[in-house]
Amino acid sequence: MTSLRNIAAIFGKEWRHYFGSPIAWVALFVWTMLFGVFFYFSFSFFLEQSMRIAQQGMEYGGGGMKISLNEYLIRPLFHNLAVVALFVAPMLTMRLFAEEKRQGTIELLATSPITDWQVVVGKFLAASGLYSLMILAGLVNVALIWTYATSTPEWKPVATGALGLFLLGACFLAMGTFVSTLTKNQIVAGILSFCLFLGMWTLGWADDPTSGPVMKAVAYLGVTTHLEDLVKGVIDLKDVVFYLSVITFGLFLAHQSVESQRWRA
Amino acid sequence: MIEVEGLTKRYGRATAVDGISFRVEKGEILGFLGPNGAGKTTTMRILTCYLPPTEGAARVAGYDVFAQPMEVKRRVGYLPETPPLYPDMEVAEYLDFCARIKGVPGRERRRRVADAIEKCRVGDVRHKLIAKLSKGYRQRVGLAQAILHNPDVLILDEPTAGLDPKQIIETRELIRGLGGSHTVILSTHILPEVSMTCGRVVIINKGRVVAEDTPDNLTRRLKGAGTTRIEVRGDEATVLEAVRAVPGVIAAHARGGHDGTAVVDVEAEAGRDVRAELAWAIVTKGHGLVGLQQLGMSLEEIFLHLTTADAEEPAPAA
Repeated sequence: MTSLRNIAAIFGKEWRHYFGSPIAWVALFVWTMLFGVFFYFSFSFFLEQSMRIAQQGMEYGGGGMKISLNEYLIRPLFHNLAVVALFVAPMLTMRLFAEEKRQGTIELLATSPITDWQVVVGKFLAASGLYSLMILAGLVNVALIWTYATSTPEWKPVATGALGLFLLGACFLAMGTFVSTLTKNQIVAGILSFCLFLGMWTLGWADDPTSGPVMKAVAYLGVTTHLEDLVKGVIDLKDVVFYLSVITFGLFLAHQSVESQRWRA
Repeated sequence: MIEVEGLTKRYGRATAVDGISFRVEKGEILGFLGPNGAGKTTTMRILTCYLPPTEGAARVAGYDVFAQPMEVKRRVGYLPETPPLYPDMEVAEYLDFCARIKGVPGRERRRRVADAIEKCRVGDVRHKLIAKLSKGYRQRVGLAQAILHNPDVLILDEPTAGLDPKQIIETRELIRGLGGSHTVILSTHILPEVSMTCGRVVIINKGRVVAEDTPDNLTRRLKGAGTTRIEVRGDEATVLEAVRAVPGVIAAHARGGHDGTAVVDVEAEAGRDVRAELAWAIVTKGHGLVGLQQLGMSLEEIFLHLTTADAEEPAPAA
């Protein structure tokens, strides 16, 4: 009970920092705008393609084939947004601990009857909370399809895609929380986080048909590798477990870092 | 209430605190005095469980800072050297957050926050952003944060630093008012502060305790009646000679003078008042006695004496 209350207190405070400063607004603005742009492009492409296929169908007789909304709209949309998440995540995490250290408020947290775990988890949840809000705001675009489509599209790939996008971002946020504990300087934390995220991202590129078992293992650690199935509408337990493990690992590192800095100080 | 035994803290090779021991009883206000870098802040950080000690033990309110940090943190209010404030929050909002993480139960929170706001006189800035507050208000908000959960022990690191004289007096009164119900340790390098607020003083230098007593006792024990400053119309050399001949006088030093007046500081034996004899000696030599003033030994002098004494000279500590 007390631990939940403490986590909630930290969560509330971080939420207050996000919305009391331009961070949350800029992040929301950039995100929803890019969400809209990517949605527009994917949707135009989808319309073009279906129009073309419909014409072909008329020319050669028969109804023509239906092209998949998932294939042409949902999947590219979420892939593009994953790239945006790569850029937005450092914005959300860079100040989490760096600012507390710079202001000296870390001393307040460390001398209050609240554990380091509660602080780390509270901060991470606040960042993921804002990130979920961003995803939800973006999904308004997708909701338009439901409003105007003649036949109801499948909702499952959208839901799993959003879940995948959330999990991918949450990995970044957990790792970013850790990086933020390493320095007093937000900018340094932001740049380091971005490099780390980029590294986590590129691991996935090691996956190609000719690569050996070592490269396959490396590729498995890439964060985008596990997005594939989720954006196709398939929830594979191993993907979810992978993401949850990375999140836990990031939070664990953050906790160890916060704790050990006091020992070494 | 607070027991510190052989506390040592090393940062790599440097030793910040070197085996210090002291005790603070319930309701006492202890002054922690020392030059900058003497180890005051480090000691306070150990007592508040912010830093672990390298060696030794400290118990606060009956709990070991190392073994039971949560119990200690619940009972300690701490104001660090720079008040730990969030500039983007309003005062009331900030204090509410502090009350939450300090485990003040929900029903009491409003009342406790209101109490602290009233006690530290920050009511008129309650809804102002902390970023917009003056130094004095920030310090007071920091103090409000420390007393919020009604802790048994208050640890204040230079609570009057950066305040203007009026605010210093107010803060001192506030701290004095907190003594009795709370046990207070406050650190400072401003000496009058100690004599005005603290019941007892621990002077530390280079990580060691060099003296521990009440401010009055420290003053008395060290130099007795101390120094008398006389101002005489006459020739400096003859005045010095006359003064040195007075029984009980250890030394006399010329302190300069002007317009034919000599200023001389006379050091007398401990506990001996030589003012009458001095006056007599000067007047009978035909000089004009213009002024005579007992200087005593101020806390400043004691402090300098203790903290700048050579290593081979044994510190007159308890």
